[in-house]
Amino acid sequence: MNRVLRSVCGCTHRTSCTGHSNIRFHLTLSRLVGLALFLVGCASHESVPQVEPPKTFPREQVLKGQELAYVGNCMGCHTEEGGKPYAGGTPLRTPFGTIHGTNITPDPETGIGQWSLAAFTRAMREGVDRGGHNLFPAFPYDHFTKTTDEDIAALYAFIMTREPVSKKNVANTVPLPRATAGWWKSKYLEPGVYKPDPAQSGEWNRGAYLVEGLGHCGACHTPRDRLGAEKKDAQFAGAEIEGWHAPALDSTSPSPIPWTVDALQAYLKHGVADQHAQSAGPMAEVAHDLSHVNDADVRAMAVYVVSLDKRSADQRKQAGDAALARARAAVAQKGNAVYDGACADCHNLGRAQEGGALELPLGTALTVPTPKNLAYIIRDGILPRDGERSGWMPAFEGALTDAQLTELLTYLRALSGQPAWNDVAGEVKKTSKGQR
Amino acid sequence: MNRRQFLQTGGALIVSFSIPARAQKLPGALAHTPQLDSWIRIGADGSITVFTGKAELGQGVKTAILQIASEQLAVDMQAIKLVTADTALTPNEGYTAGSNSMKDSGTAILNAAAQAREILLAEASRRLGAPVTAQNGAAVTADGRRIAYAQLVEGKTLSARAAPESKLITARRVMGKSIPRVDIPAKVTGGVAYVHDLRLPGMVHARVVRPPSPGAQLKSVNTDAVARMAGVQKIVRDGHFLAVVAGREWEAVQALRALRAACTWSEQARLPKEIYATLASLPTQDTVIAGKDAAQLSGRVVQAAYRRPYQLHGAIGPACAVARYDNDGLTIWSHAQGMFPLRGAVSELMGLPAEKVHCIHMEGAGCYGHNGADDVAGDAALIARAMPGKPVRVQWMREDEHAWEPYGPAMLTEARATLDGSGNVSGWQYEVSSNTHSTRPGKAGDLIAGRYVEKPFPPSPPRPLPQPEGGGDRNAIPLYRFPSRVTHRFIPEMPLRVSALRGLGAYMNIFSIESFMDELALAAKADPVEFRLRQLDDPRAKDVIKLVAEKFGWGSYKKQNGNGRGFAFARYKNLAAYCAIAMDVAVERDTGDVRVQRVVAAIDSGEAINPDGIKNQIEGGIIQSISWTTFESAMWNDTRMTSRDWSSYPILRFSHVPESVDVHVIDRPGEHFLGTGEASQGPTAGALANAIAHATGVRIRDLPFNRKRVKEMLAA
Amino acid sequence: MKLDVNGQVHEVEADATTPLLYVLRDDLKLNAAKFGCGLGQCGACVVMVDGEAIYSCITPISVLENRKIKTLEGLGTAGKPGPMQRAFIDAQAAQCGYCIPGMMMRAQALLEKNPGATEADIRGALQPHLCRCGTHSRILHAVARAGELMRGKS
Repeated sequence: MNRVLRSVCGCTHRTSCTGHSNIRFHLTLSRLVGLALFLVGCASHESVPQVEPPKTFPREQVLKGQELAYVGNCMGCHTEEGGKPYAGGTPLRTPFGTIHGTNITPDPETGIGQWSLAAFTRAMREGVDRGGHNLFPAFPYDHFTKTTDEDIAALYAFIMTREPVSKKNVANTVPLPRATAGWWKSKYLEPGVYKPDPAQSGEWNRGAYLVEGLGHCGACHTPRDRLGAEKKDAQFAGAEIEGWHAPALDSTSPSPIPWTVDALQAYLKHGVADQHAQSAGPMAEVAHDLSHVNDADVRAMAVYVVSLDKRSADQRKQAGDAALARARAAVAQKGNAVYDGACADCHNLGRAQEGGALELPLGTALTVPTPKNLAYIIRDGILPRDGERSGWMPAFEGALTDAQLTELLTYLRALSGQPAWNDVAGEVKKTSKGQR
Repeated sequence: MNRRQFLQTGGALIVSFSIPARAQKLPGALAHTPQLDSWIRIGADGSITVFTGKAELGQGVKTAILQIASEQLAVDMQAIKLVTADTALTPNEGYTAGSNSMKDSGTAILNAAAQAREILLAEASRRLGAPVTAQNGAAVTADGRRIAYAQLVEGKTLSARAAPESKLITARRVMGKSIPRVDIPAKVTGGVAYVHDLRLPGMVHARVVRPPSPGAQLKSVNTDAVARMAGVQKIVRDGHFLAVVAGREWEAVQALRALRAACTWSEQARLPKEIYATLASLPTQDTVIAGKDAAQLSGRVVQAAYRRPYQLHGAIGPACAVARYDNDGLTIWSHAQGMFPLRGAVSELMGLPAEKVHCIHMEGAGCYGHNGADDVAGDAALIARAMPGKPVRVQWMREDEHAWEPYGPAMLTEARATLDGSGNVSGWQYEVSSNTHSTRPGKAGDLIAGRYVEKPFPPSPPRPLPQPEGGGDRNAIPLYRFPSRVTHRFIPEMPLRVSALRGLGAYMNIFSIESFMDELALAAKADPVEFRLRQLDDPRAKDVIKLVAEKFGWGSYKKQNGNGRGFAFARYKNLAAYCAIAMDVAVERDTGDVRVQRVVAAIDSGEAINPDGIKNQIEGGIIQSISWTTFESAMWNDTRMTSRDWSSYPILRFSHVPESVDVHVIDRPGEHFLGTGEASQGPTAGALANAIAHATGVRIRDLPFNRKRVKEMLAA
Repeated sequence: MKLDVNGQVHEVEADATTPLLYVLRDDLKLNAAKFGCGLGQCGACVVMVDGEAIYSCITPISVLENRKIKTLEGLGTAGKPGPMQRAFIDAQAAQCGYCIPGMMMRAQALLEKNPGATEADIRGALQPHLCRCGTHSRILHAVARAGELMRGKS
């Protein structure tokens, strides 16, 4: 999911900004407004004529489109909680206001039922809707632009064969005119299909195509500048998203045992990798969707992402061995009554056949820069979707006071061998139900 | 013959006999336990005790029996003490299973109580020289003279043999009323209610280390460290059976974890990769159970094949037992469905004569058939022998129950039929392939412990349960009018451990038959309800169908928003309760999510002892079946079961509970008790399949209708 | 250590890591909270702590000092049932009854915080709880009824 503008200052809420002065924020805003006013009139596009798209498409094409929609996690932004698929409504909170995912069912009045393939393609590649209006980059067309014509056509076939739902789009509360998006694009958007790197394998290129394109992984995992664009010099260096931390995927990856292709493939496909992590929060949705994507493509994505870690094989092996040794030593000791009573029962078993859990000192949640991920996980648990099978971390909300959770997090961080987190109590407070 | 063939005069009845009493079969369980005082005892102190060999499973049988006894003895329910399944005290009524409790025990107590009353009244009448009626535990003359039952009982007054007919009180002051269940108050206020709550002086806690896979052998176990853990009193090993005993429960749990880690097992299991292909390839013993002489099908044949996976009982409370062993023998408190059969298996396991084994039923969580309850009792017996004089409480862990309970068997069915010119079925052939649906103890070898000890016992050879009850072939014969040829393909070899799950074969057979009826109705361009009604003769069957159609608004249903309606009907075992169900179901194409929104059901269980109790059971059966049908199938890898807890065997949660479930009880005073507990599961599955077909135009024949399957089927 | 259960303080001699469930059942002889899975997956063990519903099977007593624990026994007795218990008895909302105490405590926590809880709220709150007998419809009715009783309607 893309929370582009919100991650401009790493905040989930205007009122709970940390680490950024209000003055800088307002300067940025006024700069943008100034530019917007300057550019009014320069950034409009022609509308594309409305059509009656075909009702049927070749079955293979629809299925292909369905798979690509899973890669892109379209439902994530375009389906609200408990709502009809693709009918929109999901609020995306940004520092500039709230943007709601639109209705992309083929409903002619309230959805995109009258969009031609050309209109659809333009939206995906250039961030312009059928009527010619600029789309805010909350819709990650800076990634989707890399998608081939064939794949866009397949997505189109899939979207146009969904159940039409009559549901009006909720207006944005962004006080900026669309022209600002036009300006933003002129500065940051590099439209055009992904170009394979001839020095790399077919599998790597396939992975790059999916990750950089529809997968839009960088939209969460790359930090952004103040204008909401991904930092080119810090790709995949980790970022904040919806209150969670999306870990670095590059050489600064916090995973105690460096990710292998096998491990990452298992994680993306099944949501869990034995000595690494269980997907949670926004990533759980991504993994859930990727579980429907063919193995070869998921593996290709894993190949590409693992290649972002430029450490040598030796460096990676050393890091992994040290992490494993530390983890084994850590779980052998009894150090904290809460851990020993609530956590050790499952977490010290490893993934034993009795249904044990992740060996915690190997978990990314302990090694990312903020304790918030771990706090969310402990509070809410990680639960499978209704009727589906997956690992299960129970919810401890209510069982632990904030102070007890703080103490537990501090203990767990120590197990990881990493330097202590800053202001654990404050971070814990941010994850409480009232604060989210 | 109707139970009541008498004139009704203000509550007292006159019965006419035409057949010599001794030649007539005694009603219900009196047939095997004819002594009245096996069932009813009245003490000189006025205490009234009723004995039943059945057990409360949460189905309300205690309350129903108390209602029956109360009505026929003319005493308040509160004045009666009810003793349930206890090998030292009650009649042997086998298992509380098959929805037979009311038919067998209820009928026995109905008659025994009535006859006991009449014996006491006759004695009172003799003493008072006047006719008497029964009121509040006493015999009373018209002019108000009164003798209490306590004074009428002397010596062996009630040790008479039952007669074939009884003078029944039919006022229905208590019977037929929705009396609140006697066991619920304790359950909602923290009273002692379950064997899990039993606490005995000196009781210790044990946990069993089950193997990682079926047939695994314990190669070695390093017990040193575990033996030194806090509170550990003993580690019990007998061959591949391993358990640990501690003074406190948490100590036992921690010791269990450590002991598991200290074991090395040699695993031999080779679990089937493709279960349906495996089942189809195994040798069968075929029996034609209906229509041996039926003609071959001719004309255009409609055909379909259906499949059902292994499904779990999945009791919310994992099995538990308490056992105490000393020189006098062994006492076991257990929630298994049959105390007497359990005693047989455990006495063989322990090498004890049956008289030295005392099995006492205490409630557990709902078992829905043969689950881990018997096995844990066997575990407790073995462990108790290692701790003489100390009561041992054994609690299975969640993964023990999930991985080791015997499952409802995977089944395959095939149906073929032809339609005549009027659109009615002219010929019907049906085959059902299945393992046995009962591996109940029985014998020591039917208990897990019995197969893993150093000198293992052989399990009972698998047998089909004979018609008319049937096992895998339960309800395989359609109740409809048309000629049918039905073959039961009994598969002796069991790839996974299986036994009785509520309804046995009826769930799958009714799902198949009722799905197929809709497929035929579609081919005949007939309304599904009309199609059934015109091919049924049984008026009670038609009554439940018509009632549901009316209450559901079948005729005026409007298909919209991706919803569909579905209907199904069955008479359980073709001789028990009648149940019809209609439902309105929403299907979401993009997620494959199936939501039952509205259910209307009708149930005819004969004379209703407790109408609300019947409703409760039918509602429960409907929701349970929605869970089986929408979510459930056991999973495994090459060697091990992977359905080990609720994360790996998801079941229905509140999000999928229908907005409404309306159950209409047809009460037929005077009719036989037909039982209730298993009547709704099969029709629920059929109605759900039919509703999905109506909503989407796609017929799904493989259970369960989980998201993945529904999405795939709709995308095809 | 000391535990405050249903307003009474008990001195408990159990290892600090012991999950509350075992202390309630074995040391304090309180039957209501049940062992269903020990994994926080089924809700049979749920009790209230400081007004919040928690899984007693995974909560060690070490975190419960100076906090207020409430179990089903604290809502009333068979002779004098509280509104939640009254509602469940009136609705006959139980079959085997094993899951019911956990449901009732979750519902109690909900209604204490949100006396006007709607059916949707109740369904959502009970989502973590499993019932295998299929008593769900009656449970929903009973909780709604309990809400009415607690709000003073008869």
